[in-house]
Amino acid sequence: MSGHVAPTRLYYAIFGALMILTALTVAVAYKDLGLLNTYVAMTIAVAKATLVVLYFMHVRWSGRLIPILLAAGVLWLVILLALTMSDYASRGWMTAPGS
Amino acid sequence: MARTRDVFWHHFQDLEHQRETSALGMWIFLITEILFFGGMFACYVVYRTAYPEAWLAGSATLDVKLGAINTAVLIGSSLTMAMAVHAAQLGKRMPLVVFLVLTIVLGGIFLGIKAVEYEHKWEENLIPGPAFDFHGQGAGNVQLFFALYFALTGMHALHMVIGIGLLGNLVRQSLAGRFDAAYNTPVEMVGLYWHFVDIVWIFLFPLLYLLGRH
Repeated sequence: MSGHVAPTRLYYAIFGALMILTALTVAVAYKDLGLLNTYVAMTIAVAKATLVVLYFMHVRWSGRLIPILLAAGVLWLVILLALTMSDYASRGWMTAPGS
Repeated sequence: MARTRDVFWHHFQDLEHQRETSALGMWIFLITEILFFGGMFACYVVYRTAYPEAWLAGSATLDVKLGAINTAVLIGSSLTMAMAVHAAQLGKRMPLVVFLVLTIVLGGIFLGIKAVEYEHKWEENLIPGPAFDFHGQGAGNVQLFFALYFALTGMHALHMVIGIGLLGNLVRQSLAGRFDAAYNTPVEMVGLYWHFVDIVWIFLFPLLYLLGRH
């Protein structure tokens, strides 16, 4: 026994879904949705990454340890981005004494 | 099971325990990779927020068609990699070798297209440095976009080159009959790495090529 053996049909279906999402993200990029463009593009990218992680990388069948580990990694990425941006976004809000 | 002796380390309970330990180590490595690329993504977000016009101007010079083709090629290589792991799990040696070679070929096509894109940027004098030449407003900030473009795609390409090297090694070991249904952990681990590199590109493609197309 070495990991979960998924049917090849599933891999082809995931490949098809990833291609459709790629075509979708290119098509949406040419429509002007204002700020929404970035959010739609990132939502599609996250959906594609999730499909790859769950099926191609077998996380769906890997027990609890790997998902917890992965969640911790993503949490730290969110902390990295959120704290960096909260600094840059709030710099103009207050002036320091003496400046 | 005679040949499990040379792939099984005595400090594990059994091969499954050994495989799970390898997978845990690989995932910890991939998480450090998420944060490694995350630093560059944070840099991208900060400067894109600061200089949105320069980001639009820089992105507009990239070739969406080549970027989309490369996305499809890389997703295709992820499929052949998943099929290689599948073949290894079932102990089918020839399909394993064929899918590994296909993955190498698709990875090579990706790098070839990337090289063509880099050459275009070279000819257009859009490589950051003394020769950088961009006509339009905020050329300095556009240069910053290209510095990040080359840092992100260059680091991604380096990961691809390393991945192709690992795959080549797997082909050699497969032909030597090192993997079977009971032991194929190296194929699975390289597969995890390859899929991770695919995921990085899944984010790079919209962030670099697609922003501001409308």
